[in-house]
Order: sequence, then C-alpha cells, then structure tokens
Amino acid sequence: MLAIEIKGLSKEYAVGFWKQQRRPALKSLNLNVEAGETFGFLGPNGAGKTTTLKLLMGIIFPTSGSATILGQDFLDPEIKRRVGFLPEQPYFYDYLSAPELLDYYARLSGVPATVRKQRIGELLGQVGLSDVGNKQLRKFSKGMLQRVGIAQAIIHDPEVVFLDEPMSGLDPVGRHEVRELIQSLKDRGKTIFFSTHILSDAEALCDRVAVIHKGELRGVGVVNDFRSSVAEKTEVIWLGANALGVVNDLVADPHITSDTVRATAHSSDLDRVLEKLRQQHAQLISVTPIHRTLEDYFLDKTREEEKESVPS
Amino acid sequence: MTSRLSAITWNTFREAVRDRVLYNLVLFVLLLVASAPLFSQISIGLEKLMLVNVGLSSISLFGVIIAIFVGIGLVSKEIEKKTLYTILSRPVRRWEFIAGKYLGLLLTLVVNAALMTVGFYVALLIFIGGLKKTDAMLLAAIYFILLQFMIMVALTLLFSTFSTPIFSAIFAFALFVIGTFGEDLKNFAAMSHGATKWLATAAAYVMPNFASLNVIAQVAHEQSVSAHLIIFNTVYAVLYSIAVTTAAVLIFERRNLK
Amino acid sequence: MNRSRKVTVICGALLLVLFAGSVMARRQVEKIRGKQATLEDVLYLPSGKTVKKLSLGYSSLLANIYWTRAVQYFGSRHLNSSSHYELLEPLLEITTDLDPQLIVAYETGSIFLSQRVPEGAGQPDKAAALVEKGIRANPTYWRLYFTLGFIHYVDRHDYKAAQEAFQKGSEVPGALPWMKIMAARMAEKAYDPSTATYLWKTIFETTHDPTIKESAAKHLLSLRADSEMDELERRAQAYYERFKVYPEEWSDLVRAGLLRGIPVDPNGVPYKLRLDGTVQVEDPKQLPYLERHGPKEKK
Repeated sequence: MLAIEIKGLSKEYAVGFWKQQRRPALKSLNLNVEAGETFGFLGPNGAGKTTTLKLLMGIIFPTSGSATILGQDFLDPEIKRRVGFLPEQPYFYDYLSAPELLDYYARLSGVPATVRKQRIGELLGQVGLSDVGNKQLRKFSKGMLQRVGIAQAIIHDPEVVFLDEPMSGLDPVGRHEVRELIQSLKDRGKTIFFSTHILSDAEALCDRVAVIHKGELRGVGVVNDFRSSVAEKTEVIWLGANALGVVNDLVADPHITSDTVRATAHSSDLDRVLEKLRQQHAQLISVTPIHRTLEDYFLDKTREEEKESVPS
Repeated sequence: MTSRLSAITWNTFREAVRDRVLYNLVLFVLLLVASAPLFSQISIGLEKLMLVNVGLSSISLFGVIIAIFVGIGLVSKEIEKKTLYTILSRPVRRWEFIAGKYLGLLLTLVVNAALMTVGFYVALLIFIGGLKKTDAMLLAAIYFILLQFMIMVALTLLFSTFSTPIFSAIFAFALFVIGTFGEDLKNFAAMSHGATKWLATAAAYVMPNFASLNVIAQVAHEQSVSAHLIIFNTVYAVLYSIAVTTAAVLIFERRNLK
Repeated sequence: MNRSRKVTVICGALLLVLFAGSVMARRQVEKIRGKQATLEDVLYLPSGKTVKKLSLGYSSLLANIYWTRAVQYFGSRHLNSSSHYELLEPLLEITTDLDPQLIVAYETGSIFLSQRVPEGAGQPDKAAALVEKGIRANPTYWRLYFTLGFIHYVDRHDYKAAQEAFQKGSEVPGALPWMKIMAARMAEKAYDPSTATYLWKTIFETTHDPTIKESAAKHLLSLRADSEMDELERRAQAYYERFKVYPEEWSDLVRAGLLRGIPVDPNGVPYKLRLDGTVQVEDPKQLPYLERHGPKEKK
C-alpha cells in the first residue's frame, strides 16, 4: 500500500515588482513511497526539498497537482493525526518548557489525556532530554531544540514521519543519536520520508532515494544498487610520468604531480594497462577498485542539468 | 474540535501572561492610588465623579492598548517565526487557529479587566467610603468596555493576518479613534448627498462604533443604562466581532505562508 | 482545493449575513441612544475651555465635530417639530470655545437659536450673546454685525440695538455699502415690513444652511402675503366707502373696478374675503409667519 502518492505536484511563485514573472520552485513532481519504506529526498540547497514538504503539510498551496497520504487527500486535516513533521531549523514557542510544548502538541494531535503524560515522559527519555525539567525552550541549544523537534514529530505515534534535514545543527554525537532514533522508527514499521543533502546519512538509513535538482525530479534509485561490489573502474597510481604516453588511450582523467601519475582505467582494461606500465618500468604505487557510490549517482543526476542547458 | 480550540485559547492566554502583559495592572493600581487623593483637592464634591471617570477610562484604554500591542502579532508573529509549521502539520484547521487566538486574547483582556474592576471597587470603597445601589450601573459600563474589547481584538487579529506589525498597529489605532467618533461619522454621512451619502453611510457602518459603547459619562453621573441598550449593543458587538473574525479566517485560509 | 473553496464560500456568506445583522443591531442602538439624548456628555463637560485643553491640539477638528453634532441635533429635532432645544446653546458654546474662528457656528448657529419655536430654539437673547462673542473673536468679519442686527430686529424686536449693530458693522473696513443703508432704515426704530423683507432676502441669498434658507423663504412669502392682504383690505374698505356695504366676494370688487382678477396668495390659493372686510389666507399652516393677518387676528 502506498503511504505517499504525489501526482504532478507543482509550485510556481509570482515574482517581480508587479508579480508578473513566474519562478518555478517545483516542477510537476511524481513520486510514490511504499508503507514502511524509509525514503530519502536528496538535493542541493534550493532544489525544492523544503518546498515539497511545505506543500505536503499544507503550509503553502500547490499551483497544480495533488497528493495522497495513506490514501487520503493530503489536505485533509484528519490525516494529520497519523502524520508527523519536523521542519528545517524548527522554532517553537520559547516561553514554554519542553513538557508543556509536547503536551500542547499532543492535545492538538488528539492524543488522549490518559496516555499523554506518560508518553511525554517516555519520549523525552528517548530523545535524551529527560533532565530538562521546566527550563523554557528559549534557553535550549540548537541540538536540544532539534531533539524536541523530533519528539513533537512522533509524540502522537504517527504512521508517516516527514523530516526536513533532521541532522542539521547537530554535533556528531547528536547525529548518531538521531540516526539511531530513525532506525528504531524504521524497525517499528513507520514510513519515513526525510530530506537531506548529506549523502552518507541517506546511504545509511534509506531504502530508496530520489534526487531533486532545480525543482525537477532527476531520478529515483534503490540504495542497495549503489552498494554493488562489482567495481567498474580501477584507480591506478604509478611513478614514472613518461609511461603515460603508452597507456594514454586506455586511461581517463590522468593527474600528474611531479613524477607521479594518477589515472582511472576500466576494470576490463586493467591487465593491459598494468602490463604496459611494467614494460615501461613504471613503479606501481597503488591499484584500487572504485565502487560506484550514491555520491556518484547524485553528482551524475545533478550535473546533467549543466550539460543540457543551452545558453541563451 | 473543542479540545483543539480550547488548547489554542489557553496557550494564547498563557503566552500573554508569560509575556508579562498583566503587569499593566500594577500601573493601573498606581494610577488610581496616586490620583485619588488629588481629586478632592481639584474639586470638592466631584471626587467620585472623577474617580469613576479616571478609573473606567483607564480600564478601557489599558485594555485597548494591550489589544493592539498583542493583537498585531497574533498571527504575523507565528508566520514570521515559523512556529505555525508544526501547528499546521497537525489536525488543526486554519479557522480553529484564528478562533483560538481570538478567544485567547479576549480571555486575557477579560481577566485583566476583571482584576482592574476589583481594584476599582476597592478604590471606591477606600476613597469614597462606601458603595451605593447605583454603583451596579458601573458594571454596565465595564461590560460595554468588554464589548469594545471584543471588537478591537477582532480588528487587530484581522490586520495581523495580512499586515506587518507596524502597519497593523497604525490601522488598529486609527480605527479606534474613528470608532470613538462613530456617531459623528454617521452624522457626517447623513449631511451629505447623492453618491457621497451612500458611500459615506456604508463607510460609517463598516467602521466600528465605539461611541455607543461608551457610557462612562452617564454612569459617572449616576444615570442608569437601559436594558434595551445593553441587549442591542451586545448583539451589535457580537455580530460585528464574528464578522471581522470571519474575514480574518477568509484571508488566512488561502494564505501561502513563508 | 475543494475543501478550501468550501470554507471560502461559507465564510463569505457568513461575513455578509453577520455584517448585515450588525448593521441592523447598530441602527437599534442609535435609535435608543437618540432617545437618551446622546449628547448628554455635553452637559457633563465642565466647560469648552476644559475640552479645548483636553483636545491636545486637535481643537479645530473637535470644533468641526461639535459643530456637526449641533447641526444634527438641531436638524433632527426640527424635523420632528420639537420644542426642546436645550442642548443647542451648550453645543454652540463648546464649538466656539474650541475654535473661535469657526464663523459658521456663529452665523448659522445663532439663527438656529434665535428663531421662534418650533422653527428654532426660541432663545434670541442667547443668540445675540453668541454673535457678540463671535464679533469679539473676529472683529474684521463685518457680516456678523448683519446677523446681530437681524436677530435684534426680527426676533428681539429691539430696533435701537438693531440700528447700532448695523451702524457698527457699516464702519468695519470692507463692509458693503448696503450696511449703511440698512442702518439708516433702522433709524426708524420701529417695525417696517419692507426692512424685514430686505433682511430675510439677504439671509435667503447668503446662507448655506438649507434649513435656514427654507425658513427665509417661508418668511418672505408670509411678508408678501401680509402686505398683499394689507392692500386688499384697503381695497375692501374703499368698496365700503363707495357702496356702504362690504363686498361679499372678490368678483364684487372686480366688477367695481377695484381689482383685476381673483387675488391669490403666494402659494396660488385665493385669499379669503370675510364679511367684515378683513382678508385672510385659506390655509394658515402654509403661511406660518403672518404677522398681521394670522388666524388669531380677529376684529
């Protein structure tokens, strides 16, 4: 069953002094997320990730297109009982304490009074904030606020959780803890949709990822596919720049530093390259297989734009 | 729905209290205590008149100032600070948010006025030396002041949904002044002719009418306030406030936030 | 999108209904307040001077507001042919205290005050005092002397004071020559219908206030009717002298060559010839300012 179904979702902003120009922030997004999936939404800054999340939450309204969450229209307020949201760099009512904020949000999300208090205590423990007491949120550090943010996103035990840059502003310890939290949500069968520009996080947690760039969806891929063990290319480093001429047609991207050469060769050509280098008496320094990573996929997808765009 | 509404109402009230809004009560008490002894020095026999005038006018004015200063940020602050993001991601309807904000600020003003009323009656007891039966009419004047608050909060809330705090404050203050001369506005309209008359009359009715809600002079002179006036003023204030709040909902409902 | 549109429609309809309801409620409030003499706060104000101090520099604007209130107060009572205009004088006092240069308050307000009830407040003494206050504050505005003279002549019947007013006014630099002429006429120191006619004619031509203009028109018609009836009675008397009996109808006078046709009053209604030779109007209510041939006049 589809947890999230996005059909042709678009957002255009009217800009200019007379509001006559149109700036597209999101161009006809089509995306499906299965229930129980952890889905990564990747893209550079300004790609449209936050715009997509704001559209789904009803903070801004689409120019066209539609979406469903758990089968219901995404703008149906009732569906929000089963949805959690952590915005980018969240700001909360700073005059409240963490338990007060969670209690308020829990009430708004329809958590019954009988379980509220207990759940707040549990959650504060889970995000590592059990000893904040009644300290007002205005005294919280960025990392602490981020944890409160996660807590409020799941206080009502939603089935689908949307996270916008959940690691932002966290130190390595914090990031580790958040990763663990997301993993535990994953283990409990929640659907998680999180946007980030940090690829290592996506690689570690997501089942699938989508790459978005300049408002357009560039590609969707299964993370496991990027972890293939087959290395298509090999990196060769040797001493003896004069040997380059012999293997020039078999290698790519040669870099020369003093007498050291670094180049990439297709795995199928590797034996021939090594043979030729030996004949030239070049001294091999290292031979390393290169695994294609998520980063490559990402850069690949975001670079296409530059090649395709025609200068006006 | 009621649970969400009451949650937002209560939170808005809590925010105002923690913002130290109620500290104005201290100022009010100081004002009464400081000025009361002066009254007998200014004019013998008119102490009560002056105390009632100063007291009731202060309750009105302080409340309007709070209504403006807090009201202008009710929605705009939440949009600016993006605290709305995590509210709208919950099953809260946009209209519930507006209604809750309205009720929260109104509650703040009512509590504030109630406490001031107590202080005012205490001042009456101390400085005038006793209460008469006619002093119950003072409550009618205070009730009208509350009706005035209903309208003011609705107006500042409306501005807050689309305007920046500075402009909201200016508009709200302007409407307060215009509303104070509400009856005169009607007179101006009545004296004009043709198309101007129609426009001016329409404008006069769109503007709030605070003049008819001000019976301070009457009660200061121990005149009574008719029950009919109380009823119709209540109907007017309620309908007008809800109309203005509905307009606020209308604007907020389709607004793309930052 | 549908949900939002539904909310928009509901809100729009609600807005209109609620606003309409509020207007209806407000009209009721205004009606009730009207009965309670909305301007009682005027009585409660210690004095215009105090109001001026409280107005924080906006006294001119406030004066305009009070003037508007005075006009509305007078107008609404006038429409109901009321005989109580108690608040008019305090309102005018406050207006002129706030802005002593608000000429219209003296010029028009004093006439509201001085005219006989129910046309006006019937307080000519207070009216004269008001105009004198205006003259003190605006010594170069000679037209106020006209207003003063008018009040003395027409409402106070103090012909000496009227003459003094016109005289003083004619001496102000810039005063039009007819002020001198009027002063001369006033020297008669007695009531003269043609002088009254001239005064009312000037008022009719110079006033901006529609109520006063209407009143002036009515006065002028009555003055004309009065003098016409004077003349008609003289003709009836002439008939009597010739025929030793009073005429029974107008046609008698026509046949006797004393009239050219049936005489009609300024409203086009034929005059009534009575058996004792006196003349009256058919409907005294149409000509309410008759001085010599009013319904109470009985020979």
